Amino acid sequence: MAFENNIDVEHPVHDIRSEAFKNFEEKGFPTKKEEAWKYTSLKSLQKIDFSIFPKEVNALENKQVKKYFLQEIDTFKIVFVDGIYSSFLSETTHDGVDICLMSAALTKPMYKQYIDVYFNKVASKDDSLTTLNTAFSREGAFIYIPKNKMPKKPVEIVHFSTGNEASLMIQPRNLIIAEENAELQVIERHQSLTTNEVLTNVVTEIFAAKNAIIDYYKIQNDAKTASLIDNTYINQKSNSVVKVHTFSFGGKLTRNNLNFYQNGEYIDSTMKGITILGDKQHVDHHTLVHHIEPNCESHQDYKGVYGENSTGVFNGKIIVDKIAQKTNAFQQNNNILISDKATINTKPQLEIFADDVKCSHGCTIGQLDEDALFYLQSRGIPKKEARALLMYAFANNVLESVRISELKTSINRLIAEKLGVRLGFDL
Amino acid sequence: MLKISNLHAGIENNEILKGINLEVKAGEVHAIMGPNGSGKSTLASVIAGKEEYEVTEGSVVLEGENLEDSSPEERAHKGIFLSFQYPVEIPGVSVTNFMKTAINEGRKAKGLDDMPAKDMLKMIRDKAELLEIDRKFLSRSLNEGFSGGEKKRNEIFQMAMLEPKLAILDETDSGLDIDALRIVANGVNKLKNKDNAVIVITHYQRLLEYIVPDFVHVLHQGKIVKSGTKELAHELEEKGYDWLKQETAV
Repeated sequence: MAFENNIDVEHPVHDIRSEAFKNFEEKGFPTKKEEAWKYTSLKSLQKIDFSIFPKEVNALENKQVKKYFLQEIDTFKIVFVDGIYSSFLSETTHDGVDICLMSAALTKPMYKQYIDVYFNKVASKDDSLTTLNTAFSREGAFIYIPKNKMPKKPVEIVHFSTGNEASLMIQPRNLIIAEENAELQVIERHQSLTTNEVLTNVVTEIFAAKNAIIDYYKIQNDAKTASLIDNTYINQKSNSVVKVHTFSFGGKLTRNNLNFYQNGEYIDSTMKGITILGDKQHVDHHTLVHHIEPNCESHQDYKGVYGENSTGVFNGKIIVDKIAQKTNAFQQNNNILISDKATINTKPQLEIFADDVKCSHGCTIGQLDEDALFYLQSRGIPKKEARALLMYAFANNVLESVRISELKTSINRLIAEKLGVRLGFDL
Repeated sequence: MLKISNLHAGIENNEILKGINLEVKAGEVHAIMGPNGSGKSTLASVIAGKEEYEVTEGSVVLEGENLEDSSPEERAHKGIFLSFQYPVEIPGVSVTNFMKTAINEGRKAKGLDDMPAKDMLKMIRDKAELLEIDRKFLSRSLNEGFSGGEKKRNEIFQMAMLEPKLAILDETDSGLDIDALRIVANGVNKLKNKDNAVIVITHYQRLLEYIVPDFVHVLHQGKIVKSGTKELAHELEEKGYDWLKQETAV
C-alpha cells in the first residue's frame, strides 16, 4: 500500500504523523506470531488491494440510510460517506458544546489548545494499527463537552461505505473530551451498503475528566464483506464513569481493542458486550483495564453466541499497579456454541501487583440447555423460536445498563433479526 | 382421549418404562402415584415428547392419532400440556410476552392469525384472576426469582391460557404451602370440564384431597402395578410404598 504519497507535510500534526508512520513501517501489520493476534489473522485482508483515499464524494439520500439511525428520538449526527464528511446527513452543533469534525479541530486555531493537550495522548504510540491510523487518518468526529455541560441529545457517529470503490480502506479518527461533571452519550456505527470489500481501521480517544459520565455504544452489524479494527483508548480521571457497550452481530472480521486507563481514584470503568455470530464471521474482543490508582472499579461482562462456522475471541487483560490498592475488578465472559464447527477462545489475563484487591474472573463455554428447550417447546413454541428465546435470555442482561431506551429497542430488533425469528413481540 | 399401550421407553439403553398401559377418557382425572424413581416423571416427559427419551415399544395415542413422530411443540398444538416439576427460568422475557408467543405459535400452527392484542390482554387478565395472580407478576421475567409456589401457580396459569385437552401435572404439589396448594388446585378444578382430562402425578396423597381423582394408578419399577379409585390413594398414604415393594418382590 502506497501511503507515503498522500502525506500532507503542511499539516499541524505532521510531526506526530510522520513519527507514527515510521513506527508502522518498522512493525507492519500484526501477524499471528504475536500473542495478541494469535487467533485473528489479517492475512486475507492484506491480500486485498484497498483504495486508501476514495476519489469522489458519494451522495446518499436520507431515505437510503434512515434505518441505520435511531428513529424514535432526535440525535446529533456526524456522518461520513466513504470516509468523507457528509454535511447533508449530519447535524452538528457549537451551541455550548462542540460536536463537529476532526478535520476542523485539527486546523482551526480555536481548537489548538485541545489538540495540543489531547490528540494522540492516550492512543498507543507503538501499536502498529493505531500508528497506521495516526499517520493517515484525515477525518472523524470531534466532541468537546465543557465543564458541567451535557448535550441535549445523544450523538451518533455513522460511517457509510457506498461500494464506489471495489475495495476501500477507511481510517477514521475520533477525539472525545468530557470535562469535569460533563455528560455524554455516543453511538458509533459502521455500515457498508454493498457487498464490496471494506476495511475500517478506526481510532477513538476518549478523555473523561473528574466526575464525567460517558456512555459509548458500538453497533457492529455490518455487511459480510466489511471488516473492522476498532482501537479505542479511554483516559479516566477521578470519580468518572465510562461505560462501553459493544454489540457485535455482523461483519466479516471484527477486532475490538478496548483500552481503559484509570488515572485517578474512585473511577468506574464498564465494558459490556453481546456477540452473536453465524456464517464464517469472526469477532475478537481484546480488552485492557489498567488500574493505576487506588479505590477504582472495573466491570466486564461479555456474552457470546456462536453458530455455524463462526469464531470468537475474548482476551481480557487487567493490570493492577502496586499502588492501586482496594481495586475491585470483575470480569465475566460467557459463551454458547450452537454449532459443532463454531469456536471460541477465551482468556483472562490478570497482572496484579497490589495485595489488597478484589479481582474475579470467570469464563464459561456451554451449549443451550436441553431441558429449557423442552420446556419452551412443550408450550407450543417451535424449536427455532425456542432456541432464539434461550439465546436472548442468555445475553439480555447486558442490555440492562443501556440507558437510551430507544437504542435498547433497536438492539433487541437487531438480535431478533440476527436470530432469524419473529417472536410476536418486541424482545 | 389418551391411550397408552405397552409403552417401553428409556434413556441411553436404560429402560425406565417397562410396558405401561393406561387409558384416559375425556372428563376424567387420573392420579399416578409411586415411590421416587418409579418412572412417574419419565412417563410425563415421554407423553409430552421429550426427545432424549427413546420409545422402544408400544404407543401413545391421542384422540386416535399416534404421537410417535410428533415434536413437543406439535403435541402442545394438539392439546397436551405438561406442568413441570422444575419450571425453567427465562430472564428478559416477561410472563406476558412468553404467553403471547406461545398462544400465537399455537394459532399459527392451526392456520389462524395472531390473537388481537385486546383479546389477549383480556384473556391474560381473566386467567390471572382465576389463579389470584397479581398483575405486577405478569411483567416479571418468566420464573426468574419466583418462589416455588409462584412457579407452580405460573404453570397452572399457562395451562389456563393454553386450554389443553390433556393436562399432566408433574409433582405440582411439591414445594407448595397449604395456601398455594389450595389456589393451584382450585385453578385446576375450575379449568376441568367434561371435554378435557387431567393426569396428576404425585408422590403424596395431599394434592388429591383437592383435585379428586376418578382413578388412581400405582407406578413401580416402570409398570402400573395397581389401579383403583381414590381409596387406593388413602391406602397408600397409610401404608406407604413399602408394602408395594414387598408385594411385587414376591
